Amino acid sequence: MLDDFFTRALVAGVGVALVAGPLGCFVIWRRMAYFGDTLSHAALLGVALSLLFDVNTTLAVGATSVALALLLLSLRRSELLSSDALLGLLSHSALALGLVCLAFMTWVRVDLLGLLFGDILAVTRTDIAMIYGGGAFVLFVLVVVWRRLFAATVNPDLAGGEGLEPEKMELVFMLLTAVVIAISLKIVGALLITALLIIPAAAARRISSTPEQMACLAAVIGAVSVVGGLYGSLTYDTPSGPSIVVAAMLIFGLSLVPAGGLVRKMRQGSDQ
Amino acid sequence: MVLEKKQLVELDRAGVRRGGSWLVRGVDLSVSPGEIVTLIGPNGSGKSTTAKMTLGILKPSEGSSRRKAGLQVGYVPQKLAIDWTLPLTVQRFMRLTNRLTDEECSQALEQTGASHLLRSEMRTLSGGEMQRVMLARAIARKPDLLVLDEPVQGVDYAGEIAIYGLISDIRNALGCGILMISHDLHVVMAAADQVICLNGHVCCRGTPSDVSNNEQYRALFGARASAELAVYQHKHNHVHLPDGSVMHADGSVCEDCSGEHHGHDHEEADTSETARGGATHAG
Repeated sequence: MLDDFFTRALVAGVGVALVAGPLGCFVIWRRMAYFGDTLSHAALLGVALSLLFDVNTTLAVGATSVALALLLLSLRRSELLSSDALLGLLSHSALALGLVCLAFMTWVRVDLLGLLFGDILAVTRTDIAMIYGGGAFVLFVLVVVWRRLFAATVNPDLAGGEGLEPEKMELVFMLLTAVVIAISLKIVGALLITALLIIPAAAARRISSTPEQMACLAAVIGAVSVVGGLYGSLTYDTPSGPSIVVAAMLIFGLSLVPAGGLVRKMRQGSDQ
Repeated sequence: MVLEKKQLVELDRAGVRRGGSWLVRGVDLSVSPGEIVTLIGPNGSGKSTTAKMTLGILKPSEGSSRRKAGLQVGYVPQKLAIDWTLPLTVQRFMRLTNRLTDEECSQALEQTGASHLLRSEMRTLSGGEMQRVMLARAIARKPDLLVLDEPVQGVDYAGEIAIYGLISDIRNALGCGILMISHDLHVVMAAADQVICLNGHVCCRGTPSDVSNNEQYRALFGARASAELAVYQHKHNHVHLPDGSVMHADGSVCEDCSGEHHGHDHEEADTSETARGGATHAG
């Protein structure tokens, strides 16, 4: 079944979307969209390192993202700079460093466009194994820490006061994000990974009433976007990563339409 | 130093330093089961900081903070902002930090007068409703220690009295210790076993009447607040109406009550009108 490149693309893309959706909800809830961006820009540095040391790309990207997440956490605790300035600094430094490294390695030819925007149609069986292995790991951890992570997201003080270790949860969340970014790189590319985290979650918000519902719906919406985007890319001969993001965006647009009316109705109801 | 057996939490000369200045320092404090300890003090005097140190949310920069092993805490923070992006109903919020049966959940909400809010979205709650829900969540955990950071802010007239009554009831029913921060001096004074007055350090401490007679307390809150507290321990012969006028015990109503505060009956204070009368007067 996995012989066909398009089938492999579908399987890989859906696998990524199923994990990115629930994690993306936390990215939105914790207002950490820019953190996702930072890690994904740093992914390029990971790619350069993987070529330099000749190791598996996903592993190298994962390791780089984890290292960057830890660096960010320690810099932020030292209160040197504000959080968003730190993110900007790390994000673009890592991106630039990655590009400079790639330029130095004249012996390799890198498909830069593929790295930036994804190369889903070149997904291998190893990639699929990585995506499902990493994805299952992330989902498992997410289920185990769900209550604590969610409580820490709603209010760190409250969670801390009642013994739920919000700082540990933040670390867990950052590491999980790093893993998801590593497995998503090939699917949507460094510049668009955050979109896969955020847009399905945002689309799910309007139609869900509990956090658990939102996480599940985000996974489903992400999967639908992948399938829709890939078929669109096949039909209209568009790049696969951007097509997936456009599909997700369209679903987000759809989610605005009926809910807008519903919210207004509810407001009118409560005013009476 | 080992935590005394009966104490739930203890601060020993604890202080927190941020950005080169002390938020609060030199605080000694302990809460035992069944005890209500109240922190009072002006804005920025380190009340919330002290509560957070007690809970271990903030690590003391000096001194120490200890909690009994396995201590079950119910915490009502001063503020809880729920973002629009969070689809969070009261029902789900009640289960934020631990599992609850539907019965435990609705029972706690009923106690705080918020059972009708069960299916509401958290972000649509008013300030007073939010306080009731947060308190319900904290007591539903059946805590050993309840930490309440201004539990009645934004709660309406009748609700405030009811909630202070409820806090005493919970103490009696669960036998838990309570650490409370409040601005409502009169009601605080009625319910607390120990009052600690903070102003960047411990200004004074003791039973409510000790504190109200303390020189430093008078200097901090003014002689008037102190007089109010003294008044509070007596039964008022009039009630302050919401429009600012005064209704006397015989039912007559006049514009204000200037000069009349000497005419109180010297009886044991009860909660409702007395407390409210004094509180309104202080404001």
